[in-house]
Amino acid sequence: MESSKVIHAIYTDDDELMAAVKKVKAAKHHIEEVYTPFPVHGLDKAMGLAPTRIAIAAFLYGCVGITVAVVMMNFIMIDDWPQNIGGKPSFSYLENMPSFVPIMFEMTVFFAAHLMVITFYLRSRMWPFKKAENPDPRTTDDHFLMEIPVHGNAKDLKTLLSDTGAVEINIVDKEEEH
Amino acid sequence: MYTLSNRLKIFSVALMFLGAIGWFYSYSNSHISLEEVKTMLAEEASHGGGHGEELDSHAVVTESHGTSDNHNTEMSHNDDVDVHDSDHAEHVMHQIHNRPYSALYVAAFFFMMIALGALAFYAIQYASQAGWSPVLFRVMEAISYYLLPGAIAVLAIALWAGPHIFIWMDPDVVAHDELIQNKSSWLNTSWFAIRGIIFIAGWSAYRFFSRKFSIAQDNADINDNSNFKKNFRISAAFLVFYIYTESMMSWDWIMSVDPHWFSTLFGWYVFASMFVSGITVIALITIYLKSKGLMEFVNDSHMHDLAKFMFAISIFWTYLWFSQFLLIWYANIPEEVTYFVTRIEDYKLPFFGMLVMNFIFPFLVLMNSDYKRIPWFIVMAGIVILIGHYLDVFNMIMPATVGDRWSVGLPELSALALFSGLFLLLVFYALSKHPLLPKGNPFIKESEHFHY
Repeated sequence: MESSKVIHAIYTDDDELMAAVKKVKAAKHHIEEVYTPFPVHGLDKAMGLAPTRIAIAAFLYGCVGITVAVVMMNFIMIDDWPQNIGGKPSFSYLENMPSFVPIMFEMTVFFAAHLMVITFYLRSRMWPFKKAENPDPRTTDDHFLMEIPVHGNAKDLKTLLSDTGAVEINIVDKEEEH
Repeated sequence: MYTLSNRLKIFSVALMFLGAIGWFYSYSNSHISLEEVKTMLAEEASHGGGHGEELDSHAVVTESHGTSDNHNTEMSHNDDVDVHDSDHAEHVMHQIHNRPYSALYVAAFFFMMIALGALAFYAIQYASQAGWSPVLFRVMEAISYYLLPGAIAVLAIALWAGPHIFIWMDPDVVAHDELIQNKSSWLNTSWFAIRGIIFIAGWSAYRFFSRKFSIAQDNADINDNSNFKKNFRISAAFLVFYIYTESMMSWDWIMSVDPHWFSTLFGWYVFASMFVSGITVIALITIYLKSKGLMEFVNDSHMHDLAKFMFAISIFWTYLWFSQFLLIWYANIPEEVTYFVTRIEDYKLPFFGMLVMNFIFPFLVLMNSDYKRIPWFIVMAGIVILIGHYLDVFNMIMPATVGDRWSVGLPELSALALFSGLFLLLVFYALSKHPLLPKGNPFIKESEHFHY
């Protein structure tokens, strides 16, 4: 276990936080993480995070879903046990396709939605019984916390952060997991 | 502030002029006699085996559908081949006569629908007090300027064409048709005309006052929002009026061309079509004005939102189209399913082409979030969506009036040119009347700074 020092700057307003993030980035400091009680619009761009690729994953999961639906309905209703329902042609998937459209749609949505959530959890390293990473419970209520690693420049950082309107600035030891 | 350029004026007047000439030419050419039709059919029949099949499918059309004498044909059609041939020739003659009327009507309705869809979108922005959209209000107001002349044109063509489009307006047909007789308390020409006038008066009154208050709000004191509040109230009231009258309008002006057939979600279906067309035209005109440097206050996020609406309402349209299709296809009740039998047999290309253009293309092109901010992507998707919804109206009217004698030729294209010229002229005239930024709107600052 490696131990390193980080600065926790706490803000009480999301606009102030946004301005502070922009200032810190402009001063070429790396922001490790920002903890907020609610999603702050534009924060990811201000922090310079790479854009999310969850939409691409969702599209692929949707493709998987519609394929599963087609294969499944083809097996159930055409290959394995054709049934005469309302006199519809039951020996051809294509001719009977309109009646399978709702299932194809639902399976697309089902696969895209569920796999997207699971992907998001895995990618964010969240699983049951995991210890919370949140360093300060107040960020689940009404405070915003910016975490910046310290590399021997604690003083500069402190003055910079207090200029940005941080209500509290703490230097803490962070226990790294890896 | 936009000024109507001479080039645009000349262009749109030329479009109208060419359209009018082309349409009158095809109109005067459509007056062919029964003898000519018989010669034409004989020629077509002698063109070999391929056409024999087509004649068979004719019989289906005649039975289920078509103009004036279809129900007599149904009964007599097995008795005597000669009678049937003669009936068939007369039937084809009517279809050929009907085509210029129908072409004009489809084009008139298509442009009216754009204006009405944009007006409904505008009313929703006011009623929901949307903060993102006020920078686009002048474009929406300009598009809805076309509504009054456009809707009057639709109603006038409907009444002038009479039985050429609406067979229930032909007393001979009604006399032999019990189903239409039972509906005649609703489907009769004078009540049809009165309803049309009520619809147009209501929509235009809202449009007139809303535009008036919108301009008045610009010139009012900064702390005086009374015009905005008035606009909010009349918009909410209009939306209630609109959703009822739009639905009835769709029964009257579209669904009654097939007086035996009915669909309970038809009003919603037509609404989705007009809504997406209206939003698309708002986006296209905004992109045009922005490219001219006249709407610098419109940013990527506004375009993104418009494109999202185009994407979403295209899917909504497909949902309604499919809901209607699935139930009728599945139940397979003869008097209902004939609607889709005709379209799939005789209108294969426009029917399935419309699905590709209205659903698959915008769905794939506009799915990616980043593409919704790229103007040429929106323009490309928008043009395809507009052609697709023209085809949608085409598919709703033509099978009932011209049957399998359809084509997209001179009458259709010249009618499109005529009304697109009128539409461009009036919309851009309305755009040039007032500044493009509604600066007095209380949400204008929020709208200008809108981004995400």
